[in-house]
Amino acid sequence: MKRSRAGIMRILAALACAVALNVFAQADEVAHPDPVVEARLKDLGEELRCLVCQNQTIADSHAPLAVDLRNQIRVMVRQGRTDDEIRAYMVERYGDFVLYKPPLKATTVLLWIGPFALLALGIAIVVMIARRKRMPQALPEVSAARREEIAALLEERAGKAARR
Amino acid sequence: MNARWLKYGIPLVLFAALAAFLAVGLTRDPREVPSPFIGRAAPAFSLERLHEPGQSFSPEQMKGKVWLLNVWASWCVSCRVEHPLLVEMSKRNDVPIVGLDYKDERGAGLQWLTKMGNPYFASAFDVEGKVGIDYGVYGVPETFVIDKQGVIRYKQIGPITPEALEKKILPLIRKLSA
Repeated sequence: MKRSRAGIMRILAALACAVALNVFAQADEVAHPDPVVEARLKDLGEELRCLVCQNQTIADSHAPLAVDLRNQIRVMVRQGRTDDEIRAYMVERYGDFVLYKPPLKATTVLLWIGPFALLALGIAIVVMIARRKRMPQALPEVSAARREEIAALLEERAGKAARR
Repeated sequence: MNARWLKYGIPLVLFAALAAFLAVGLTRDPREVPSPFIGRAAPAFSLERLHEPGQSFSPEQMKGKVWLLNVWASWCVSCRVEHPLLVEMSKRNDVPIVGLDYKDERGAGLQWLTKMGNPYFASAFDVEGKVGIDYGVYGVPETFVIDKQGVIRYKQIGPITPEALEKKILPLIRKLSA
């Protein structure tokens, strides 16, 4: 028991080191990181895609291009450029693909409404199937003789129940 | 009849649609992102030349010519694959090729050209990668076809393949030179 706790502590310590190193690696890119600039860089970098390793953000990626782009963003933030201007700078060079939240345009319509259209289609199919199940089944034809027989049986059962 | 169609038809149609989308997806290269540069003026820059540190190169100097801007580096593995093709093109005098040595060391770049052959009409040296960023470079090698007016007409991401050269780049150069 004690041993496993020591093991967990060791893992936690390793994780803490890894996190610390990671933070250090990012801050280390500049000699005197300015917390305000770094905060804006982090916010912006998280909505920009790194084109080298396409499923990472510019904030996360360790690719050399991502480092260069982070430095470029730092420069632009210090120049007092707005977030929109910085985003436009990236789109001008890498296209809408760099934005994790692309604008709604003719070329991106499918991207935006596609999932909702599929959801609507799915709901429509489920509703259709559910309705079909609920619909009363057509009753089988019963002849007059059979009807009488059924009535007699039901009466008999009712009589038995009454006697009990 | 109708119920049966629904029961088997809908999943079948959905499967066919999904399979079609996935099949098309497989034939595409996810690294090939539609470039916003096609039809736009090539960004201006002025860089030191690789061989002559005192002299500068800028795209202005190529006005009136159809030319290629080839982004490469001595550390880039796929550039090795592409290089013989560029050397061949320069021997045939297809089109002037300008090399942009991207985030490289001058010594390593020069040595590379001495060893592998120098296909470049001129070589610019982008040590900081700033020009690379202005050209939206993210996967070296990349090659831009630039027309007489200085407008980018085509961009090849990754090495130029013999197929891309024959089917796209050379016909485009012929058309633009006419």
